[in-house]
Amino acid sequence: MNADVLKGGFANAPVDSAHAFRVLMNVMARPGTIEDLAGAVPPAPLSVAAGVLILTLCDPETPVALCGAVDCAAVRDWISFHVGAPVVAPERAMFAVGRWDDLGVLDRFAIGTPEYPDRSATLIVEMETLEAKGATLSGPGIKETATLSLPDVAVFQKNAMLFPLGLDFYFTEGSRVAALPRTTKVVA
Amino acid sequence: MSDYNFAYLDEQTKRMIRRAILKGLAIPGYQVPFASREMPMPYGWGTGGVQVSAATLTPDDTMKVIDQGADDTTNAVSIRKFFEKTAGVATTEETAEASVIQTRHRIPEEPLREDQILVYQVPIPEPLRFLEPSEVETRKMHSLEEYGLMHVKLYEDISRHGAIATSYAYPVKVEGRYVMDPSPIPKFDNPKMEMAAIQLFGAGREQRIYAVPPYTQVVSLDFDDYPFEATKADAACDLCGAEDSYLDEVIMDDAGGRMFVCSDTDYCCSRRKAGFVGAKGTAFEEDAA
Amino acid sequence: MYVAVKGGERAIDNAHAWLAEERRGSLDVAELSIAQIREQLALAVNRVMAEGSLYDPDLAALAIKQARGDMIEAIFLIRAYRTTLPRFGYSNPIDTADMACDRRISATFKDAPGGQVLGPTFDYTHRLLDFALAAEGEVPEAPQGQARTEPTPHITGFLNREGLIQTEDENDDVPGDLTREPLELPADRALRLQSLTRGDEGFVLGMAYSTQRGYARNHAFVGELRIGKVEVEMDIPELGFAIDIGEIEVTECETVNQFAGSKTEPPQFTRGYGLVFGQSERKSISMALVDRALRWKELGEDNMGAPAQDEEFVLYHSDNIQATGFLEHIKLPHYVDFQSELELIRKLRREAMGEVQEAAE
Repeated sequence: MNADVLKGGFANAPVDSAHAFRVLMNVMARPGTIEDLAGAVPPAPLSVAAGVLILTLCDPETPVALCGAVDCAAVRDWISFHVGAPVVAPERAMFAVGRWDDLGVLDRFAIGTPEYPDRSATLIVEMETLEAKGATLSGPGIKETATLSLPDVAVFQKNAMLFPLGLDFYFTEGSRVAALPRTTKVVA
Repeated sequence: MSDYNFAYLDEQTKRMIRRAILKGLAIPGYQVPFASREMPMPYGWGTGGVQVSAATLTPDDTMKVIDQGADDTTNAVSIRKFFEKTAGVATTEETAEASVIQTRHRIPEEPLREDQILVYQVPIPEPLRFLEPSEVETRKMHSLEEYGLMHVKLYEDISRHGAIATSYAYPVKVEGRYVMDPSPIPKFDNPKMEMAAIQLFGAGREQRIYAVPPYTQVVSLDFDDYPFEATKADAACDLCGAEDSYLDEVIMDDAGGRMFVCSDTDYCCSRRKAGFVGAKGTAFEEDAA
Repeated sequence: MYVAVKGGERAIDNAHAWLAEERRGSLDVAELSIAQIREQLALAVNRVMAEGSLYDPDLAALAIKQARGDMIEAIFLIRAYRTTLPRFGYSNPIDTADMACDRRISATFKDAPGGQVLGPTFDYTHRLLDFALAAEGEVPEAPQGQARTEPTPHITGFLNREGLIQTEDENDDVPGDLTREPLELPADRALRLQSLTRGDEGFVLGMAYSTQRGYARNHAFVGELRIGKVEVEMDIPELGFAIDIGEIEVTECETVNQFAGSKTEPPQFTRGYGLVFGQSERKSISMALVDRALRWKELGEDNMGAPAQDEEFVLYHSDNIQATGFLEHIKLPHYVDFQSELELIRKLRREAMGEVQEAAE
């Protein structure tokens, strides 16, 4: 095992993860809001925000799919050591991480069942840029409207049509994170 | 309490609760099952709210705990002490000072802000439970959006009493989809649920978490000809004179004497500090109590 | 003059101090030791371990002492402690066929390999208060015999050999865990059994009794009841084999129940199963009866609408920690909800009386 694998975790897990969760909760409750995540240094090409998110929410009970460049030995070993989450195919994943194009056809991720819509995947989309401009968002958590640089529009419109089923998204770039739950209505 | 982890729960349990909270926010009003843990306080006494708060708190938070609107009721005191001990957080009785407020049966009178979180303790999270005791059946009803039973119940009330005979835990529909139990708050509080703060609901014994994000549509169920009414005692607070706050009735003697006082003790106290005096009140003095 | 009630914190502290004093009782009487409770109130200790789901006689004894003998309170203390313990791993299934039996009886065969062993039972004691115990009388020494070394195979195994009793599917599925995942219905048998073994003894007894009285009667014979110690083994991945990590006492009951048959299968007896920590006979027999009643669906029987057949009813109401918490919470303040009811009922009465008056005028 590479010694780097042991590095980059939370220095004080109970406190670091508590702070990180508040950020993750706040951005999910207020789609379009961009905040900063800190406390961990994951191996490249995983962003700091995606690494902190995985440390905060994933464990042996949450199968994770790695899509594209993040599916490398360094990231796999790091997740295995710090989180213990099984790395699985997208169909079985509770969390999936990768760039938009690498996440591929979203139909393959779990969208929940009518009786348990919560049994759906959360996708972590690694972005080139993340800014508060672009598509217009409205819905729960948004006072009037918000804007966010989404990688697509039609896909999120289609996802919202599935409500109460559907996928929930985090967007990460460097240490920054934003979110888009299935309830958000997206207009180009 | 150094034998226990920050905020009592172990990290894996907190992660499980946090994941449930996030799915709850993504599906407003839907009850997310979670593996509630046995807490060192009895089921039915706020274990759901306590677990949600424990998974939400950071050491930087200032916490307020109320029961029936009051900070000094024994169970509120007990829960506040628990978090002082296990999370080392600052506590306050002032609504405006708090970043996380755990509540049983009330929403504070003072409007909550975007940087605040309201955590409700929930005894029975299923709004359809008293109409249909089976969990298997009610889960099916939610999945099919089949809420006819609830409307029939409210309608039967009207035909029998001339009004909807539900005064607390009055069911709401969230964002036009899920019918949700707002916990046993008086229906006076229902309109406040469209607020700037995040609202989280924890039912420990029943193993459910649900949530309402800020600015989410929350509609109390009613009929066009029998619209929902947020009611309270037709009186003003006898201590601070407030006419817009929910009132508790206090029996004064054995001859029918009574007075009305704000159920929200912080609201009442801050009004009295600001110089408001009710019909039976005296001017506020520091340490009067 | 009314003032908002203050001093909740002081009231709580004072209540706790008084409680501690009451727990201790008169200082003229020697304090109970944990060892005394563990050794002399062993059946109480067993119940706390069983319903607390934690095998630790010393902690159970401590809980009983702290709870002033209130069993549900003691179980609660253990549960709340248990939930904070880290999990290092999972043991292999225990092998009750290998049990060193202190007691082993069958109601279905007069004798069988391993024999009938009465063991330390209340069964044939005459329930006469023994005033010698009050006088702290010494216990006469029990006669000693040779330790039994013969194998004690399960009685149902004999029936199985002839195909007279339905066989259970063997599988290596990891059973669910009620303490780690929320209960989801329908629950499989492993989960039902977990719920029953943690369930309140009184509740499970009442449910079992109701089946005997005709609410989904499934006439049960105690095929076998055995009590004794079994070894607990755990696989150690680093070693590549399993090692003994200790032994626990358990009570196992297998009932032989009325047979079922169909066009394709000739009639066969069926089974109910109970397994409980410690010497807990009443509980394990009750558990086996309720287990059998809950199996109606998989055995192709009719739903008689009996409470003991209703999985949701049984599983949601068997846990005494959940039940007692929710029951007792109604003593907490409900001023606010009650106030809203007061207003509503006054309004409804006002309107009703107004209508009556109008009608009279």
